[in-house]
Amino acid sequence: MAVKTEAIGKEWPPASFEVEAARIEQYASAVGEDNPIYHDADAAKGAGFRDLVAPPMFCVVYSAPALGPAILDPEVGINIPVMVHGGQEFEWGEPVCAGDVITTSAACMEIYEREGRGFYVFESVSTNQEGEETVRGTWTDIVRGV
Amino acid sequence: MSDFKLGDSLPELRVTPDAGLTKRYSEASGDPNPIHTDPEFAKSVGLPGVILHGLYSMAQVARAHTEAAGGDPRALKRLSVQFRGMGFPEQEIVVTTTVKDAGDGRLVTDTVAAQGDNRIIRNAEAELSLE
Repeated sequence: MAVKTEAIGKEWPPASFEVEAARIEQYASAVGEDNPIYHDADAAKGAGFRDLVAPPMFCVVYSAPALGPAILDPEVGINIPVMVHGGQEFEWGEPVCAGDVITTSAACMEIYEREGRGFYVFESVSTNQEGEETVRGTWTDIVRGV
Repeated sequence: MSDFKLGDSLPELRVTPDAGLTKRYSEASGDPNPIHTDPEFAKSVGLPGVILHGLYSMAQVARAHTEAAGGDPRALKRLSVQFRGMGFPEQEIVVTTTVKDAGDGRLVTDTVAAQGDNRIIRNAEAELSLE
């Protein structure tokens, strides 16, 4: 069996995410980010942010609605139960604050096979309501035994 | 920040995810994969038990960097990681970061996140702004 490569270059419809203060705080608490700027809007404003600000890695929360359909797409054909997350890169731009609406698009950049494993590489680009880029992500998923 | 130079270490970050962490992280991140929350399911796909989310471990690497930058999330410009060994709840994670390039108002670092001898993230490269 070999990997299917027809989905290389495929783009999925952009998905939007409304950033609520409660989601930022829930995420910050889960990952141990106890800096007050992630929990108290006044502290964030005092540090120069528009509103409660999100930790950089909160990008995984607002990117998920765009990445999910790409990873689950039957045309890509990832065998989900044996998929592992192999690598991840993020390049950040404008900070994300409560009240922002972030729109993320996803595309499949590469699919290839190496030593019996399938590699699936996706790129995501997220922008805020002003059209400013907040993050660009490269997601590499690996499937054993393709 | 601007005092860091080639070969220096950033402050080490140590954190021990408790038994309930993977469930809280699943809810917070929106990742529903049961390999992180259901021990029986995890065993059914050949894992020893529930495993940490790779992106949780990556968040600890990110936190080590923003904390070294005085708590400013804007300082972290880029982070690239490879997930290798599986991470497990109730074991301490130690994040160790070395400066491998410095200059032009920025630092480039090399980071390892490990539980004992098990390196769960390696070859992590980050770029921090010194502004």
